[in-house]
Amino acid sequence: MSSSSSSLQTARLRTEIKRRRRWDLVFIVIGIFALLLGLMTLATLFIDMLIDGWERLHPEFFTSFPSRRAAHAGILSAWVGSLAVMVVTGTVAIPLGVATGIWLEEYAPRHWVTNVIEININNLAGVPSIIFGLLALGLFVYSFNLGQSIRTAGLTLALLILPVMIVGTREAIRSIPQSIREGAYALGATRWQTVQHHILPYSLPGILTGVIIGMARAIGETAPIITIGALTFIAFLPPPPITDAPPFLSFEWLEAPFTVMPIQIFNWTSRPESAFQHNAAAAGLVLVAMTLIMNGLAILLRYRLRKNIKW
Amino acid sequence: MKVVRSLALSGFAGMSLVHGVQAQVVKLDGSSTVYPISEAVAEEFQKFKKGAIKVTVGISGTGGGFKKFCRGETDISNASRPILKKEMDDCAKAGIRYYELPIAFDALTVVVNPRNSIKQLTIADLKAMWEPTAQGKVVKWRQANPAFPDTPLKLFGPGADSGTFDYFTEAVNGKAKASRGDYTASEDDNVLVQGVQRDSGALAYFGFAYYVENKANLKALAIVDPKTGKAVEPSEQTVIDGTYQPLSRPIFIYVSEAGYKKPEVAEFVVYYLKQAALLAKEVKYIPLPPKAYELNAAHLEKRKLGTVFGGEAEVGIKIEDLMTREAKF
Repeated sequence: MSSSSSSLQTARLRTEIKRRRRWDLVFIVIGIFALLLGLMTLATLFIDMLIDGWERLHPEFFTSFPSRRAAHAGILSAWVGSLAVMVVTGTVAIPLGVATGIWLEEYAPRHWVTNVIEININNLAGVPSIIFGLLALGLFVYSFNLGQSIRTAGLTLALLILPVMIVGTREAIRSIPQSIREGAYALGATRWQTVQHHILPYSLPGILTGVIIGMARAIGETAPIITIGALTFIAFLPPPPITDAPPFLSFEWLEAPFTVMPIQIFNWTSRPESAFQHNAAAAGLVLVAMTLIMNGLAILLRYRLRKNIKW
Repeated sequence: MKVVRSLALSGFAGMSLVHGVQAQVVKLDGSSTVYPISEAVAEEFQKFKKGAIKVTVGISGTGGGFKKFCRGETDISNASRPILKKEMDDCAKAGIRYYELPIAFDALTVVVNPRNSIKQLTIADLKAMWEPTAQGKVVKWRQANPAFPDTPLKLFGPGADSGTFDYFTEAVNGKAKASRGDYTASEDDNVLVQGVQRDSGALAYFGFAYYVENKANLKALAIVDPKTGKAVEPSEQTVIDGTYQPLSRPIFIYVSEAGYKKPEVAEFVVYYLKQAALLAKEVKYIPLPPKAYELNAAHLEKRKLGTVFGGEAEVGIKIEDLMTREAKF
């Protein structure tokens, strides 16, 4: 009787295991399907852009200004504008974001003020970008009178990606084992010495990833830039940052009017002539390439820096 | 150090066209309908001046353009309709006075899918489809006019910020901005073109240039002029002879008085008036007769500020009417 009940139990167990395996399989299929759906959509869009835009990717495409004639139109003012805006964004957002992250993780006392700050930062990371554009329009353009310039755009995008950078920095710092800090303090290191010699170097790969992903988001943003009034037709470049007369440096470019890649693409897609759609596709390819290169750089840096860390 | 500097210099050499001297900038903004003409003029002008004067052109819609213009942020505003009373007040409050220069004509074009058998519409038909009370009710062609087939009606049109929307609603529904809301609205006219291309029951309206570029996939409808009862198709000819009514409309640039006092803006405007006929035609708009551009130049010379429209949204202005009005101004 006991043997029959045990065999009954094994049989029941077997069917149970089979049932669970089936669920496992179902889940795997769903997972693969979800993955493929995302990847295929991306691939389709990318290939479509490639087919449409490939022919326009001549060197002249990068060295010509926009034009009403599709065959002569290029993205010179757009990519220079995007680059200049990114320089401003990076200069403002990276030090501010990283410093805030370090302060919040390592220095800030735990009480309700820091809690409020923390909740706000996490919320800000999810605020739609157009809201940042409206804020910047009121604050930078009208209150501070910074005009519709590269400086305004750079600051706006810096605000936009600041939460991303702070959150990224904090995640990176949190992944460092507590024992490292304790070890440093045990040897008599001050708080700053601990941060400088241990926390920062060890979390650098993670911080850089956050920074570059933030920058990659900024470069593709259109809504806030349109809100602050980026221009659509610009056939000249900002003044060069290096001049031939002392003091050799010029910051006039900060105040220059500008356009950026997403706006150029937006403008071309809304044209009646179909030839401009090819230009838009080509410019789209360049923008995707720019983001991919930035993301690739993030991966490379993370890999390189991680190799140097030995606990 | 020297190597570094020369390297950096050569790297940034591409970033400078004009070295040293700060170039003067002429700022334009406003209607997306007028944009192609202003862009063409800006492009040619900068080539002509070899970059000594810079020109920027933005797109923020006729209304958005006037907002910036009346704050003194731009020198010239592109407009696909005359300035309205409210905008005139805003400008007056800020002390901005302006020259109103008509530069071309456009034919607002009503299009359907080529498979659609309908060839013409009256303004009453259009009103039945687009008036605010049609919302949710008129969903089939037959409901707009019993003579039409019993197929679903899909409407496409520009969004509420556009001057084209203002003009069409004024001309068809009798009140600017009064329209049903349940249609596919897009500021991007290509979206409208594609919508009509895909759906045999679709109807859309937009500027003539978009129709010309997509002739193969669209059918433009003849519009019955309520005054003459004749159905007229949109074309360069019917706009010039004034028979395509009431959907022909003049388009403008507004030049601020303060802007015009700057030599670079004045030079640009003079160039604009000289080239407008040629370039408007190139970007598929209907140029005004040469006399109109001469009148514009005369108005600038005699410092005739303000508008000939008195802030009213007006429809059915023929080129001739415009000319007489401008001549009297």
